[in-house]
Amino acid sequence: MRFYRALLHLYPASFRAEYGDEMCAIVKRRDTSMLSAALEVFRNAPALHWDILRQDLRYTARTLARAPGFTAVAVLVLALGIGANTAVFSLTDYVLIRPLPFPSPDRLVRLWETLPGYQHMELSPVDYRDWRRMNSVFEDMGAITTQEVNLIGQGAPERIKGAFVTGNLFSVLGVPPLLGRPIAPSDDRDGAPRTAVLGYGLWQRAFGGDAGVLGRKVLLDGTPRLVIGIMPPQFRFPNQEVELWVPFAFSEDAYSDRNDNYLNGVARLRNGVSLQQARAEMDVVAGQLRRQYPKELEHTGAGVELMRDEISEQRRLLLVALAGAALCVLLIACSNLANLLLARSLVRGKELAVRTALGAGRERLIRQLVTESMVLSLLGGVLGVLLATLALPLLTTLVPSLPVSGAPSIDFRVLGFAAILTALTGIGFGIVPALRAGRGDLTGLREGSRSGGGRKAGLRSVLILAEVTLSVVLLVSAGLLLRALLRIQAVDPGFRSDGVLTLETALPMPKYEVVARRTAFYRRVLSEVQALPGVSDAGYISFLPMVMGGGIWPVDIDGKTLDRSEGHSASLRFITPGFFATLRIPIHAGRNISESDAGDKPYTAVVSESFVRRYWPGQNPLGRHFKFALFDRTVVGVVGDIRVRGLERNSEPQVYVPYQQAPDGFLVFYSPKDLVIRASGNPRLLLPAVRRIIQEADPEQPISDVRTLSEIVQDDTAPRSVQVRIIGIFAALAFLLAGLGIHGLLSFTVSTRSSEIAVRIALGAQPRNILNIVLQDSFRLAAAGVVLGVALAYVAGRAMQALLAGLAPADATTYLAAAALCFLMTLGGSLAPSLRALRVDAITAIRAE
Amino acid sequence: MAQSSPRPDAFLPLPAATFHILMAVAEEDRHGYAIIQDVAARTGGELKLSAGTLYRSIQRMLEQGLVIETQERPDPEFDDERRRYYRITPLGAAVAKAEATRMAKMVKWARSMGFAPEKA
Repeated sequence: MRFYRALLHLYPASFRAEYGDEMCAIVKRRDTSMLSAALEVFRNAPALHWDILRQDLRYTARTLARAPGFTAVAVLVLALGIGANTAVFSLTDYVLIRPLPFPSPDRLVRLWETLPGYQHMELSPVDYRDWRRMNSVFEDMGAITTQEVNLIGQGAPERIKGAFVTGNLFSVLGVPPLLGRPIAPSDDRDGAPRTAVLGYGLWQRAFGGDAGVLGRKVLLDGTPRLVIGIMPPQFRFPNQEVELWVPFAFSEDAYSDRNDNYLNGVARLRNGVSLQQARAEMDVVAGQLRRQYPKELEHTGAGVELMRDEISEQRRLLLVALAGAALCVLLIACSNLANLLLARSLVRGKELAVRTALGAGRERLIRQLVTESMVLSLLGGVLGVLLATLALPLLTTLVPSLPVSGAPSIDFRVLGFAAILTALTGIGFGIVPALRAGRGDLTGLREGSRSGGGRKAGLRSVLILAEVTLSVVLLVSAGLLLRALLRIQAVDPGFRSDGVLTLETALPMPKYEVVARRTAFYRRVLSEVQALPGVSDAGYISFLPMVMGGGIWPVDIDGKTLDRSEGHSASLRFITPGFFATLRIPIHAGRNISESDAGDKPYTAVVSESFVRRYWPGQNPLGRHFKFALFDRTVVGVVGDIRVRGLERNSEPQVYVPYQQAPDGFLVFYSPKDLVIRASGNPRLLLPAVRRIIQEADPEQPISDVRTLSEIVQDDTAPRSVQVRIIGIFAALAFLLAGLGIHGLLSFTVSTRSSEIAVRIALGAQPRNILNIVLQDSFRLAAAGVVLGVALAYVAGRAMQALLAGLAPADATTYLAAAALCFLMTLGGSLAPSLRALRVDAITAIRAE
Repeated sequence: MAQSSPRPDAFLPLPAATFHILMAVAEEDRHGYAIIQDVAARTGGELKLSAGTLYRSIQRMLEQGLVIETQERPDPEFDDERRRYYRITPLGAAVAKAEATRMAKMVKWARSMGFAPEKA
C-alpha cells in the first residue's frame, strides 16, 4: 500500500488530494497486484497531466487575450532580452571561445618578429629558415603569405585571393584535402613543377566542382600551374577570403635579405610544450641571431601567440563591451518583466482570491500561473530567436575574417541560458500572487481596491532602481563610444575622399616584369580615363591608404644606417603624377613626380612633412639624398601627411617615388595597382566606361575591389560605428524599458492612493501638493539610479578606455547628458500618472471604497 | 466552467468508461468502489475499471456536468467520511441516452449488412 501511495505522486497534486484516499481504499479492497497498480498509474497519470495542461493553456490563451497590452509588452521585453543576448553571445563565442577547426588547435601558434613599436612584423625567409632550424619547441614551423593572383581562362578574368605556403604548412595545420594531395615539401623547391591547391568555393565557382580539374593546368598570373588538390569547404586559412594555395619554391636569392619581411609564421607546439616555454626558447633563438647579425637584426625579437588569440585586443574589448551591454539589456528585461508581473498580480489578486474561495487549491493556482509564464517565455523566446537571426549578420561585420568556418550561427546553449533566465524570472514573479492567494489570504476580497501591500511596492522600487541604474550605465557607455567615434571621424585623413572612384588592376608578374610594359599600360589607361566626361584627375598608386598599411622600409640617411625601430622607417609607394591631385594631397614645397622622372634619370622622391620633420628638422629638404628601398633617392618635393594606417593609428612618414623608377623585376610587389579617379557627380557612374578602357588595354586583365574612397574611409571606422549603433540601440531600449517601469510604478501608486488624494483634494490641497506626492517617489528613485549608474558607468568607462580614442572615461559632457536624459525619462514616465492624479474625482474615488 | 446547457450530441462518441459510469450512477447514487463493482457485474466481469481510470473519468465528468457529487449519504451503515457519492445529472442522462441511440443505430446498420447477430 505504501508503494501505491508513492506511485500516486505521479498524479497531479490536485487530483491526488481529491481522490487519493478513495483510490487507496479501492486498491486495498480489490487486493490489486503491485504490477497492475503501477501500470494503471503509468497509464492514467500522463493523461491527467495533459488534461490539466490543455485546460491551463486554454485559460492562459483567454487571459492573455484579455490583456493584449500586457501580453505584447511582456513578450516584446522577453524577446529583446533573449534576442540581444543570443546574438551577441553567439558571436562572442564564435570569435573568442570556439576552438579553431584544426586538430589540437590549442597547439597552433603564430610567430612574429618584434621591433620596438612593432609587435607583429612578418618574418624574412632567412629568419624563418633559421628559426625553424634552431628551435626545439615546435613539432614543425610553416609560413604563409597572402597574394592576389589573376585567374585567366575560366570565364572572365578573375582576381583571386590566394596564398603562397611552405611545403609543410598543410601538415602543420593537419587538415587533409578533400581530393588529391596537399602541397608537400617536394613542391616547395626551386625548380619544382608549379602546383596549386584549390579552395572548395573556387573549385565550385570556376570549375563547376569537376574532379577532372585534378591533374589539369590552370593559368595563374600567366603561369601554368598543375592542380594537385582541393581543400574541404570548412578549410579557411589564413582567412575566409583565401581560396587558392601555391608553394613558395624560394630561390637562394630569397634568403639574402634579413629585412625583407613578408612571411606569416605558423607553428605547432610539441606535445607537452607550453606557450611560455616556446616563448622563452624563441627569445633565446632571437638573441643568438641578434648577436650573429647585429647590423640587420638589432632590436629584433621573436613573438609567439596562440592562433586563437590572434584577434586584436581592441576587437576583443569591443566584443566584451557589447556582451556587457547585452547582459544589461537582459537584466533590465528581466526586472521589467518582474515589474509587469507584479503590477499584474494586483489585478490578478482579486481573480485568484475568487478562485481560491471557489475551491481551487494553491497547487492548482501555481500550476496555472507557471503555465502562463511559460507560454509568455516561449512566445518571447521564439520572437527572440527571430530577432537574433536578423541581428547576427549585422553583428558579424564587427569582427575581422577568422580561420573559422563560415559565419557564426545562433548558439543554442546561449539561447537556452537566456530563455531559462527569463523563464525563471517569469515563474518567480508570476507565482507571487498565487502564493498570496494560497495562504488562504482572502484580504484581496475584503479590502477591495486597496489590495496589494506595501512590500510589493518596495520590491518594485528596487527593480526600478536597478533599471534606472543599468540604463544610465548603457547611456553613458553609448555616449562615450559615440563621442570617441565622432572624435575619430573628425580626424583629417590628409586627403579628400569625396568624389573618388578606386579600383584595382593588379598586373600579373612575369607578364609585366618589364617596367616599360607597365608604363605603357598605365599611360594608356590614365589618358583615356582622363578624357572621360566629368573626370578631373586620375592616377595610380601601389596601395591605397587605409587598405594597406604595410610596405614599410628602413630609412638610411647620409650613409648612416638606422635600424628599423619605429623612429626610422617610412612607407614606400610608387605613384603616377596624377595621384596627389586626385586625392587633393597638397604639395607644400618643390615639385610633383613627373613623367620626365624616367628609369634612366636620377631616382627622385617626394616625401611627406613628417619625414622632413624627423630627418631634417628646420632645414630645406629639397635636393637632399637618402637611401630607401634599395636605391639612393633625391628629395624633389614635400607633400602633406596622410593617414596610411587608418584614422586611429599612427602612420609612418610617407615616401612617394615615380612609377617608372625601378629596374625591371625589382620591387614588383610595389608596382602600382590601385587606380584612383576624381570625378564631378557620382564617381560610380564611370565604372562601365573605365571597365571598357581597361579591357581594351589588356583583355586578360581583371578588375577587382571597386569602391569609392569615401567607402574606404567609412570602412575604417565601420566596426566602431556598428558597435556604437548596437550599444546605442541597447541604451535606447534600456531607456524605454526604464521609462515604462517608472510609468507602471507611478500608475500603481496613483491607483492605490487615489482615495488619499481624493481626500486631500477635498480638503483643499493644491495641484502642486498632489504632484509632490506622486513625483516624490519617482524622482527619488531616478536620483538614486543616476548616482549608482554614474559610479558603475565610470567603472565600465575605465574598462573600455582603450576604445575611447583618448577621450577621458570621466567625460563630464557624456555623464551630464546621460543624467539629464534620465531625468527627462522620469518626467516622461511620470506624466500620465501625474495627470491622472490631478484629475482624481473626490466623490468617485471615495465611493469606490 | 460549464457552458449554458451544451447539446448532448456534442459529447459523442462517449468513452466506454464514461458510458458505464453513467449507467452505474443512473440507478442510484454510488460511490467509487460501488461503481466499479456495478460495472463489473453488469458486464459479467468483462470490464474491470481501475481506480485511476475511474477517478480520471469522474473528474472529467464532473467538469462536463454529467454527474455531480451529492451531499446525502444513502448507505449510512457503510458510511465513511472519505467516501464521495455521485449522482447523474439531467445532462448526463441525456448524454447516456444519446449514446445508446447512436450505438443502436450503428447496430441496426451493421445488421442490415449482415455484420451483426440477430436479436437474441
